[in-house]
Amino acid sequence: MEDFEFINAMVLLANFVIVPALSYGSQLALATLSLTIIYGVLRFSNFAQADWMSFGTMATILFTWLFQSAGISAGILPTALLALPFAIIVTALFCLLIDRSVYSFYRKQKSQPIVLMIVSVGVMFILQAVVRFIIGPNDRKFFDGEKYIVHALDFKNYFGLEEGLTIKSTQLITVVVALVAMISLFYFLQKTKLGKSMRAYSNNEDLALLSGINPEKIVIVTWIISSILITTAGVLYGLDKSFKPFTYFNLLLPMFAAAIVGGIGSPIGAVIGGYVIAFSEITLTYAYKKFFVYLLPESLEPSGLMQVLSTDYKFAISFIILVIVLIVRPTGIVRGKII
Amino acid sequence: MTKFLSCTNMTGGYGGEDIIHGCDIEVDRNQIVVIVGPNGAGKSTAMKAMLGMISLKEGSLILDSSDISKLTPQDRVAAGIAFVPQTMNIFSELTVEENLEMGAFLREDSVKETIEEIYNLFPAMKDKRNQLAGELSGGQRQQVAVSRALMTRPKVLMLDEPTAGVSPIVMKEIFERIITIKNSGVAIVIVEQNAKQALNIADFGYVLVGGENKFSGEGQALLNNQEVRKSFLGG
Amino acid sequence: MNDELRAPIAFAIMGILLAIVGFTQSWSVSLSVINLCIISSIMAIGVNLQWGYGGLFNAGVMGFTALGGLTAVLVSHDPIYEAWDKAGVGIVISTIIFVLSITALLFVFRNIENKQIRNTLIILIIVFGLIGINNFYGPSIDIIESINPAKTGFLGGLGLPIIFSWLIAAVVAGLVAWVIGKITLRLRSDYLAIATLGISEIVIAVVKHEDWLSRGVKNVSGLDRPVPYEIELQQSEWFLNLIERINFSKLEAIQSLSSRQDLLNDLVIDSSGIFVKLCYAGLFFSVLLLIFYLSQLALNSPWGRMLRAIRDNEEAASAMGKNIFAQHLQIFIIGSAIIGIAGAMLTTLDGQFTPGSYRPLRFTFIIWLMVIIGGSGNNLGSIFGGFFIWFIWIEAEPLSIGFMNMLAGGLEYDNPLRMHLLGSAAHLRLFIMGLLLLLALRFMPKGVIPEKIQKK
Repeated sequence: MEDFEFINAMVLLANFVIVPALSYGSQLALATLSLTIIYGVLRFSNFAQADWMSFGTMATILFTWLFQSAGISAGILPTALLALPFAIIVTALFCLLIDRSVYSFYRKQKSQPIVLMIVSVGVMFILQAVVRFIIGPNDRKFFDGEKYIVHALDFKNYFGLEEGLTIKSTQLITVVVALVAMISLFYFLQKTKLGKSMRAYSNNEDLALLSGINPEKIVIVTWIISSILITTAGVLYGLDKSFKPFTYFNLLLPMFAAAIVGGIGSPIGAVIGGYVIAFSEITLTYAYKKFFVYLLPESLEPSGLMQVLSTDYKFAISFIILVIVLIVRPTGIVRGKII
Repeated sequence: MTKFLSCTNMTGGYGGEDIIHGCDIEVDRNQIVVIVGPNGAGKSTAMKAMLGMISLKEGSLILDSSDISKLTPQDRVAAGIAFVPQTMNIFSELTVEENLEMGAFLREDSVKETIEEIYNLFPAMKDKRNQLAGELSGGQRQQVAVSRALMTRPKVLMLDEPTAGVSPIVMKEIFERIITIKNSGVAIVIVEQNAKQALNIADFGYVLVGGENKFSGEGQALLNNQEVRKSFLGG
Repeated sequence: MNDELRAPIAFAIMGILLAIVGFTQSWSVSLSVINLCIISSIMAIGVNLQWGYGGLFNAGVMGFTALGGLTAVLVSHDPIYEAWDKAGVGIVISTIIFVLSITALLFVFRNIENKQIRNTLIILIIVFGLIGINNFYGPSIDIIESINPAKTGFLGGLGLPIIFSWLIAAVVAGLVAWVIGKITLRLRSDYLAIATLGISEIVIAVVKHEDWLSRGVKNVSGLDRPVPYEIELQQSEWFLNLIERINFSKLEAIQSLSSRQDLLNDLVIDSSGIFVKLCYAGLFFSVLLLIFYLSQLALNSPWGRMLRAIRDNEEAASAMGKNIFAQHLQIFIIGSAIIGIAGAMLTTLDGQFTPGSYRPLRFTFIIWLMVIIGGSGNNLGSIFGGFFIWFIWIEAEPLSIGFMNMLAGGLEYDNPLRMHLLGSAAHLRLFIMGLLLLLALRFMPKGVIPEKIQKK
C-alpha cells in the first residue's frame, strides 16, 4: 500500500475539507449575495437577513410537508426543491409587506443608514418570533430522496484505498443550484436593462432618478432577488445539515464577514468572500494529523492533532478574518461598495 | 410669442427662506442661454426649480406651450428636459455604453441610432465604450455626462457648471460640443462660473444677484456692458 | 406634554407597575425584577454614553457583560492551588509567548517597510508562535481540566471578596474596549456594529470553550455573596427580633403559642429572602446613582459638550482640529467599562457564571431597545428604558400565556392547536420587543424622555 499514501492523503483532504467547504461556501455565497445586494441598493446593513433565511426555509419546510402529505415527490431529489419556488413567493411577498409597512417610511425620510440598520434589528425580533411561533425553535430535518452519490465504503472497495470519499447528494445539489443562481444573477445584473438600472441606482441614486429610473420598482426587484437568494441558501444549508432558527441566526456573522471580506456591495466579492470564509473555517479547524501520517515518513509523524484552531472556534474564525481584513484592506478583496 | 421654455416669476427655496425671488428665465430652440452671477446668487437653485427638484411657491413653467409646473423631475425628463448635474453626473461603476443606455432608460424604441449619433459627436466615447466611466479622465467624464443626458433626445438641455475643474483646453472643447448640440435644434441652459467664456458662446445671458434677475441681454451685449464687466467679470 | 414632566410621570408609572407586581404576585418577585432592572439600567447608561452621546453603535454589549461576569469569577473564586502547582507554569509561559507574538506582529507590521520581508516575518511569527503555544498550552490545560473536573477543573480565581470584581470588571472591560476600539473605531458606523458584534461572539466563544479559565459550559456556581445568606439571617437573634417587632400586632392577635411560633417562622423565612434582595437592591442602586451622577458630571463638562459637537457634526468638529478618534476611543472605553461593571453585578446577583446563557438578543439587542425607547442621549431615559423594557421582558411571558389561553379558550384541553399556541407563547415576547422597537422608532424616535437640547 506504500505507493497509495499520497492518494490516500488527497482523498482524505477531499473528503473532510474540500467537498464540505465547497458546499458550505456555495450556501454562504448565496446568502452573502442577498445581504450585499440589499446593502448595495437599499444602502443599509440588514441585521434581519439571517432571519429571512430562517423564514424562507421554514416556508419551504411547510410546503414540503404539504407535498409529502399529498404524495407528491421529486423522485431521487428532495421534495424541498419542488417546494422552493412556492416558498420564495411567500418570502418575497412578506419581504415586500415589511418593506411597505416599515422600511419605506425611513427611505422617504432619507434616514441615515444606521437608522435603517436599527430598524432591521426590530424586524429581526419580529421574524424570530414569527418563525419560532410557527415552526418552533427545534432542530428539523426535511431531507428526503437519495442520500449519497458516492459512498465512502463503495469508494474504498472500488479503488482499493484506505480512505473513502463521500459525496452527499445535497452537496452536489448545493453546488449546482448555487452555480445556476449565481450565473443567472450575474446575467441579470450585467445584461438586462432592469439589472443595469439596478446597478445604476446603486451607483448614483440621484442620477438614476434624473434618468427616469423608478426607485420603487428597483426596491421591489431588490427584495425579490434577495428573497430568491436567501431562501435558496437557507434551503440548501438545511438540506445539507438541518434547520434550526438559532443556528441560522448565527450565520449572520459569517455572512457579514464574507460580505466585508469580499468587498461589501460587490456581488463578485460576495461570492469570493463566501468561499474564503467557508474554506478558512474548515481548513483552520481540521486536524491534519492523519493527513501528515500518510505523507511523512514514520520518524517525522506528528504527535499532536496538527490543528490550527479547535473546532470550538469555527465561527470565531470568520471574525478573526474580518478583523484582519478591516485592518489591512477595509474595502475588501474586490473594492466594494456598489453592485 | 412666448419662448420654447419660459419660466416666469419663480420664487422659492429649500423650505427655509426663499433663495430666488421672482426669477425669469426663457430659452428657445437653437439657443444657448447662460446664467451667471456671484456665489450664492441662486443660479443653481433657479436651475433646480426649472427641473422640479425644489418646489416653488410661485411662478409658472411653460414648455412648448404646456404647463409643466406641477410635474415631478421624472416626468419633466419624459417631457423633454435633460439635466447634467455639476458633480456625480455619471454612473462611475458602469461602462460608458451602459451610461448611455441608462440615459435612455425611459425610451421604449431602439436606442442604437442615438448611441451612434453620440459616438459621432464624441468620437472618444466610442473607443472607451466598454470602459468603466469612473476610470476616464475629467474631460471624458464630462463628455459621458453630457452624452447620458442627450440619450433621451431632449428638447431642453440644462448643464450645471459643465466646465468646473477642467483645463482651459477641455473647456474650449466642451463649449464647442455644446454649440454643435445647439445647432441640432436643442434649447440649452447653462449655469456657469467661467462667466466670460460662457457668455462668449451665449445667445442670451442672465445675471442673477440675490436671487433676482439683475441684468439680461444678448451674450455679447452683456460682455460689453460696463457695469456687468466691473461687478462680475473682473474688469 | 411638558417635557419637564415626562421623566417624573414615566418613573411614577414604572413605580406603579412594580407595585402591582408586588401586590398581585409577590414582593419577592417584584424585588427580583427591580434588581435586574437596575442592572439593565446601568448597561443602558453604558450603551447610551456610546450611542446617545458618542454616536457609536456598539453591538458587542454581550461581550462586555460576559467579561464582567468572568471577572467576578476570577476575582472571587478561591484559587485552585493544585492546578497552579501542576500546570500554572505552562499557562504562564504560553501567555507570555502569546503576548510576545502579538507584540512582535505589531512591531513588524508598523516598522518593516519592505513587503516581502514583512510578510515572511509575519508568517514566521505566527507559525512559531502557534508551535510554541501549542507545546505548553495543550498539555497544561489537559492537566488543569483533569484536576477534580466535577467540581473545579480550572485555575480558580484570586479569592477576594466579590464586590472588588465590580471595579476590576470596569478595568478589564475598559482594557478590552481599548484594544477593540483601536481596531474598529476608524470604521464607518455600520462596520463598527458588525465588528463589535463579531468580537463579542469571540469573547463568548473563549469563555465557553476555555475550560481552564472559566470552566466553560460546566458553569461556575456558588460564588461568594456581598450580602448575608438567608439561612444565616434566619438564625440570627437581631433579625428574629426585628421581624417580631415589625409584625407585632399580627402576632399578638394569635392566641395559641404554637401557631404564633409557626407564623413567626413563616414570616422569618419570607422576610429573609426579601431582606437579601433589599440588600442587593441597595447596593445596586448606590452603584446606579454613582454612575448616573458621574456620567451627568462628565457630559456637562467641556469634554461632554465636545463629544456631542462631534456626534452632531463630525466634519465641522474635525475641521476645528478636534481629534475625533481619541474622543471616540475615550467614550467607547468608558461605556464598555460601565457595561463590564453591570456584567459583574449580574453574575454576583446570580451567584453563578453560565457562559452558555449569553445570547446576543438578551444581552445586546434588548439593551439597545432600552436606550432607544428610553431616549437616546438622556441618561435618565436610559434608566427608565432599563426598568421598562426589563419589566416587559419578564412580564411578557405570563401575559403571553394568558393571551394564548384566551385565544385557545374554546378548545379542548388536548387540542393540538391549543397545545401549539400555549407552547409558543414564550416567543411572543420577541414579537412584543420587535414591535416596541419599530413603533418607538416610527412614532417616538426621540424616546420617552428625550435628550435635552442644550441652549447656549
